Amino acid sequence: MAVRVQREAFDVAEETRRLIGARKDVGAIVTFTGRVRGNDDGREIATLTLEHYPGMTEAEMERIEAEALARWPLQASLLVHRVGDLQAGDEIVLVITASLHRQAAFEAAEFLMDYLKTRAPFWKKETTGSGKSAWVEAHDKDDTAADRWK
Amino acid sequence: MPGDATRQVKLLYFAWLREKVGHAEEEVELPARVDTIAALVDWLRERGPGYIDAFERPQVVRAAVDKVHVKSSASISAAREIAFFPPVTGG
Repeated sequence: MAVRVQREAFDVAEETRRLIGARKDVGAIVTFTGRVRGNDDGREIATLTLEHYPGMTEAEMERIEAEALARWPLQASLLVHRVGDLQAGDEIVLVITASLHRQAAFEAAEFLMDYLKTRAPFWKKETTGSGKSAWVEAHDKDDTAADRWK
Repeated sequence: MPGDATRQVKLLYFAWLREKVGHAEEEVELPARVDTIAALVDWLRERGPGYIDAFERPQVVRAAVDKVHVKSSASISAAREIAFFPPVTGG
């Protein structure tokens, strides 16, 4: 059970090994990796700059993780979110959930991503190949996705 | 006079709110009557064009009191740190 905000890249296999190790009580591991799209709604994205609210972001990620743990029987979980300048194709967010049976791990991973996207204080600014930059606007579909867990 | 009491609060701004306000954080002396997020937004809008621009559409501005999300009707009487930011776009 852990959350992390970091500038560095993460290694999914290494994170999974470190989280689960040789545990015999884990029958299912779900990993979700979010990547920076090179093209978003027709806009070519060269760089994505991630800003966060140090202190609150981690606290909110912990609250989201605690909520998942209260809803599903998870043996382990990890949330990693990167900040700083990222390029198209870079990995930006990692969610790992582990449970005895697969349903809990699948559902909890989706819940964690939906809540991360709508509650954790991160903001993206995108810069196109021509050097134009703009703050990314929040999507209603993310709120709709998060609302189904209420 | 209790009515004249002020208290010191730290304000933080993120993303385009920071850019419009012109700084990331500041300490302010708040009058006691400024006791909710909505009242604070009104108070800030009297501080200059950057604030007017930042809070032009208050309905799209989100707030946190002491690192917890709150609604605009939330009390800030006991707040030490108040943050303003756009809807979040992580993940």
